[in-house]
Amino acid sequence: MNYNWNWGIFLEKIKGGDETYAQWLITGLGWTLAVAIAAWIIAFIIGSVMGTFRTAPNKWLNLIGTCWVELFRNIPILVQLFIWFFVVPELLPKSWGLWVKQDMPAKEFITAAVGLGLFTSARIAEQVRAGIESLSRGQRFAGYAIGLTTTQTYRYVLLPMAFRIILPPLTSEFMNVFKNSSVAFAIGVLELTFQARQMQEDSEQGIETYIAVTVLYFLCAFIANRGMKFIENRTRVPGLIAQGAGGH
Amino acid sequence: MKDFDFSVIWASLPFVWEGLKFSVMLTVIAMVGGIAIGTVLALMRLSSIKPLRIFATIYVDGLRSIPLVMVILWFFLIIPLVIGKAIGAELSAIITFTLFEAAYFSEIVRAGIQSVPKGQVYAGNALGMSYSQSMKLVVLPQAFRNMMPVFLTQTIILFQDTSLVYAIGAKDLFKATDITGKNYGRPVEMYIFAAVIYFVICFSLSYAAKQLQKKIAIIR
Repeated sequence: MNYNWNWGIFLEKIKGGDETYAQWLITGLGWTLAVAIAAWIIAFIIGSVMGTFRTAPNKWLNLIGTCWVELFRNIPILVQLFIWFFVVPELLPKSWGLWVKQDMPAKEFITAAVGLGLFTSARIAEQVRAGIESLSRGQRFAGYAIGLTTTQTYRYVLLPMAFRIILPPLTSEFMNVFKNSSVAFAIGVLELTFQARQMQEDSEQGIETYIAVTVLYFLCAFIANRGMKFIENRTRVPGLIAQGAGGH
Repeated sequence: MKDFDFSVIWASLPFVWEGLKFSVMLTVIAMVGGIAIGTVLALMRLSSIKPLRIFATIYVDGLRSIPLVMVILWFFLIIPLVIGKAIGAELSAIITFTLFEAAYFSEIVRAGIQSVPKGQVYAGNALGMSYSQSMKLVVLPQAFRNMMPVFLTQTIILFQDTSLVYAIGAKDLFKATDITGKNYGRPVEMYIFAAVIYFVICFSLSYAAKQLQKKIAIIR
């Protein structure tokens, strides 16, 4: 294998510019974090609502929850991002569509955060549902028996338990958001993968570039994992051991 | 909506069909190869020989903590450097997905093996079977049976992920719709078409996975 190693490349300036390659990667890391965290917040809120809908004692809510999950789970994230980026503006009323296409600030970022957020919300909804269903029926009945309404039963009895039970699978989902945010390169978000491709072409030092980016992704995964583990330990239900889930 | 022209879909069908064939082929090869290599990795990870265990752990956990897009880019960069000549994006994708999916399948196989009660292994030992015999004849057949629905679910995820070969320009289903959409000046219709195809295939497969789950759950 013939390869000219040059670890100094990160401190060199990009071709025809003032920035160094290291600055490119730091910008990339910033966007990766921004997309992943924004997407996670959207996913967590909507996923919790949809997961709750799927277990609610109302068939219309069930149907909405089921359709939501099936729709967002069965289309690849890359295709979903393209749909949000290119198709949805065409479906809006003309003046809105034009605004989205031309004037919306940080268009790529918002599209990526919403797209990734909704994609992830389907997975979170499934876990919230599994969490609620894993509780014994007696918990729900106990809520009703002491005179709580359905909403109150969910708010004070079912959801607090369910969330604590599903924290381990939520941890892997949180790590998945960082990994999946890499797809945002395709619609032009300047996140890590985008910068990696750009730097590889520009500097022709592909291996150093990819090693650096891979390390940064490792770091994201590690920090996300530690952060969630901390929350897990603080909120663990005594006497229960839950298992993590697969996925990408 | 009224400006849409879906007639482009007819015109694009032959090209999209070629793309779909590649996506399906990539999925099947990566699934079969991934399960085969994944089983070996799982056995290594559960083995009592330390170097094997360490290798498998690094391989599996390492690949699982970086984004698939980065893995695709890595292989596309590194394979030509190692073998000294360029290979196409398609072949690079096949190698990447097989090795990458092996990491995920190995975790499924490991969970499957661990779901078989220890008593089964002891029963094998009591009958005088060696380690490999009791694995092959007692543990793995039961483990694989339990794993079938999860394999199918993982394959659905795999099929969706094949769209990520977009990063290196391999002509899969999504890339085919992307190219025809641009050529005919109708990208919007073609992206909708791509989403519909993926949805129909993945939804049917996940329905099948649910049925399989029920069938296996009842017998067990």
